[in-house]
Amino acid sequence: MTETLNVPASASTDPQPDPSGADAKPAKGRSLWTDAWQDLRRNPMFVISAVLIVLLLTMVAFPGWFTSASPTVGDLTHHYQGEPRYTHFFGEDWFGYDTQGRSVWARMVHGARASVLVGVLVTLSVTLVGGIVGLVAGYFGGWLDSVLSRITDIFQGIPFLLGAMVVLTTFTKSNLWVVIAALLFLGWTQIARVARGSVITVKQSDYVHAAKSLGASTVRIMFRHIVPNALAPVVVVATTALGGYIAAEATLSYLGIGLAAPAVSWGVDVSNGKDALRTAPHILISPAVMVSLTVLAFIMLGDAVRNALDPKSR
Amino acid sequence: MTLLEVRDLHVDFQTRDGVVKAVNGVNYSVEAGETLAVLGESGSGKSVTAQAVMGILDMPPGRIPKGEILFHGENMLTMSKEERRKIRGARIAMIFQDALSSLNPVLTVGYQLAEMFRVHQGLGRKEAKARSIELMERVKIPAAKARVNDYPHQFSGGMRQRIMIAMALALEPDLIIADEPTTALDVTVQAQVMALLADLQREYNMGLILITHDLGVVADVADKIAVMYAGRIVETAPVKELYRAPAHPYTKGLLESIPRLDRKGQELYAIQGLPPNMAKVPEGCAFHPRCPAARDICRTELPPLAEVDDARGSACHFWKETIDA
Amino acid sequence: MGRYVARRLLQMIPVFIGSTLLIFSMMYALPGDPVAALYGEKKPDPAQIAAIKHQLGMDLPLWHQYWNYLTGLFQGDFGTQIATQRPVAEVIEQAFPVTIRLTLFAFVFTVVVGVLLGMVSGLFADKAFDRIVLIFTLLLISIPSFVLGYLFQYLFAFQLDWLTPTVQDSRDIGQLMLPAIVLAALSLAYVTRLTRTSVAENLRADYIRTAIAKGLPRRRVVGVHLLRNSLIPVVTFLGTDIGALMAGAVVTEGIFNVHGVGNTIFEALNRREGSTVVGIATLIVIVYLVASLLVDLLYAVLDPRIRYD
Repeated sequence: MTETLNVPASASTDPQPDPSGADAKPAKGRSLWTDAWQDLRRNPMFVISAVLIVLLLTMVAFPGWFTSASPTVGDLTHHYQGEPRYTHFFGEDWFGYDTQGRSVWARMVHGARASVLVGVLVTLSVTLVGGIVGLVAGYFGGWLDSVLSRITDIFQGIPFLLGAMVVLTTFTKSNLWVVIAALLFLGWTQIARVARGSVITVKQSDYVHAAKSLGASTVRIMFRHIVPNALAPVVVVATTALGGYIAAEATLSYLGIGLAAPAVSWGVDVSNGKDALRTAPHILISPAVMVSLTVLAFIMLGDAVRNALDPKSR
Repeated sequence: MTLLEVRDLHVDFQTRDGVVKAVNGVNYSVEAGETLAVLGESGSGKSVTAQAVMGILDMPPGRIPKGEILFHGENMLTMSKEERRKIRGARIAMIFQDALSSLNPVLTVGYQLAEMFRVHQGLGRKEAKARSIELMERVKIPAAKARVNDYPHQFSGGMRQRIMIAMALALEPDLIIADEPTTALDVTVQAQVMALLADLQREYNMGLILITHDLGVVADVADKIAVMYAGRIVETAPVKELYRAPAHPYTKGLLESIPRLDRKGQELYAIQGLPPNMAKVPEGCAFHPRCPAARDICRTELPPLAEVDDARGSACHFWKETIDA
Repeated sequence: MGRYVARRLLQMIPVFIGSTLLIFSMMYALPGDPVAALYGEKKPDPAQIAAIKHQLGMDLPLWHQYWNYLTGLFQGDFGTQIATQRPVAEVIEQAFPVTIRLTLFAFVFTVVVGVLLGMVSGLFADKAFDRIVLIFTLLLISIPSFVLGYLFQYLFAFQLDWLTPTVQDSRDIGQLMLPAIVLAALSLAYVTRLTRTSVAENLRADYIRTAIAKGLPRRRVVGVHLLRNSLIPVVTFLGTDIGALMAGAVVTEGIFNVHGVGNTIFEALNRREGSTVVGIATLIVIVYLVASLLVDLLYAVLDPRIRYD
């Protein structure tokens, strides 16, 4: 296989170069998307990530199913840095207590909300903003394209993490929406570039020329022909970026400029655990594992989606 | 001794849909100075056979379960990798269809030509370059000295194909395999490149295997023809006889689908249907679903390559009727 | 070539101005008054504050302040820290070499290990080694660097006692190893994947088939024909990555207590010390722009199909 890295075992042998006439043409009526879905379902990487993501979403929606302990109320006298009891499945002390006597497991469960919300909402908003900028720049071209591309360059010139830090410091009090806004502010450029390139490619295709010569309106061409056909690369980049946004939220919260109490965030928990790393490593490692697993799930999803959608990898 | 002889060659590919038998018992031979044209649609196994001869099949997924490829009487399939490598390029060379993608885009043509001398003959940089310029002049590239440091994309399609020919010719091999050498070129350039190839072949008395799907190209240059269909040779004959009286309905169909001046105004003939899916080759004669003369036996029994005369063979149950028609 | 460089330099100007203006105006919008903060708990005299602000040019409108800043930059003046009255250039001078060492270490590590791993797994695509590398890169991408930093610290310093948990002397390459590897991790994963993809794809290219048909030894096919073509996309990535590495130093330097640019900018952000942040951010933007220019030039060298006009 070519383009992508994780190749499902079933797809690893390519049809050979020469008996090209032998390759069965895909049956009529199968679009890129239904083909991609067929591919996805058979990809073990996708199955694993889907299971993890469903689990996470359940945690977000019904944290009470996983733990009854409070993530914010601790009992310093009894539980200060209490050791994990790895056999107490789903118990309050499953993963021990933190420096403020709070159940680490409860915080692991409740921390999912911030991560998933930030990841999903940033991805959606970034796709929308970047997609529109890319569509307009790519479709209309000319001076509009030049201006938009330069603006994209300007935002791209600021390193993502550094830029997000600067944006967040300008707010006295940070919360979920501020973090999302900061990540959107700097994150849209990547999608804009991909969308622009994709739109330009589609714009030059014969069916768009045909639609134009038949007198279709600009709006119709844009939304009937361009958007559906230019979507695949954008979806690929967006899914892959989702995991990155989750990591970014955790990093910013860890640095103390993202989410802060009373919000529960794994990044904050890692930061809280760092001073006790030598004596009570579970306080840091437990939320750290949660962040990593969550990012892993979405990165794997992104990889699987790319494998399925990228025509080059077929 | 025969220059090259392919005996009962079989090639398989492991794909995710199972084993595809791309070549099923192909026999052919080429003598020094002789031109064999291998004719067939894409997927007929003509290129795979050539790649097997050249030793550039991807293995795996490719596999050669059976057969011999004798070069000067020696079976190349049992040679060590290193022995085969030394034959490749030096004694058997190959010309590919699309010179633009077949030449390395980031290296100068001079470098790519000189590489042949440096690797196979151990020549120094300077000497190899001088020989490269000579080569470029021999394939009639104007201003060779000035252009030796240019990159492939800076040449026209015809000139690029000349460079491919020069590269194949560099070490004066005994055999050249040309895989659709003119398909990617403009019609006027096609004739020039073919003429050049034929001249050089005569000059060096090389064997030439010309792989093509274009009967028009074949008539002028080939001595004999092997027609392939679904991984088998279905007809083999000296070129004139094949044109005069084809002994297989497939060949006949191919000949009839060439536009001809004397049939101006008539509808052009086309073989009906599509080339077979190699994962599901039809039972019996693979050509029967498309054959206008197919009968019951064609659906069940695979026709062997029958001897028409000393120099001819046809894999059709009814070759006699075909040849007389 | 010369004209191409000149044109690219010209194109960089609006991007440079835009990026720095963006950061500058965000700092301008920072809440709190740094001059008033100088007085701590004391009630400051408004006239005195106004006088200091006037002296620092802080009473001017945004565009004017930015203009002063920009003209100052060309004379090597990155502004002044308000709290300490120290020139920011001096702060940078002290911290920058440390970060350069760290980033360079990480960069070299990324290139060497990433390209090597990517090459091998691309050459043996879908074999066991390739799959292991795939899982390895997946993990590297999934573990945020602050997590990886503490994991390494816990493992190599606290548990195995191989290394000091924090950097005492930033000139000691051995001590910089841990932070450099943590800093490099994400880029390493990307470079590995990119190289792997590129190698596996080019391996099926027609010109590789030609190279084999020419009877070249495998070393030569891979080393001369495959490698150069495969590195083109990797080089592009590496150019844009240098800026990201420097920004990533904020996290890594914090964990390992390296007194570089990252730590400085983080402390400055916490103290709402705008001039330092803008100064360092400007520097990183410059590094990013210069690196992408260099990459463009290198790209043209690697790929002769690129035209300069």
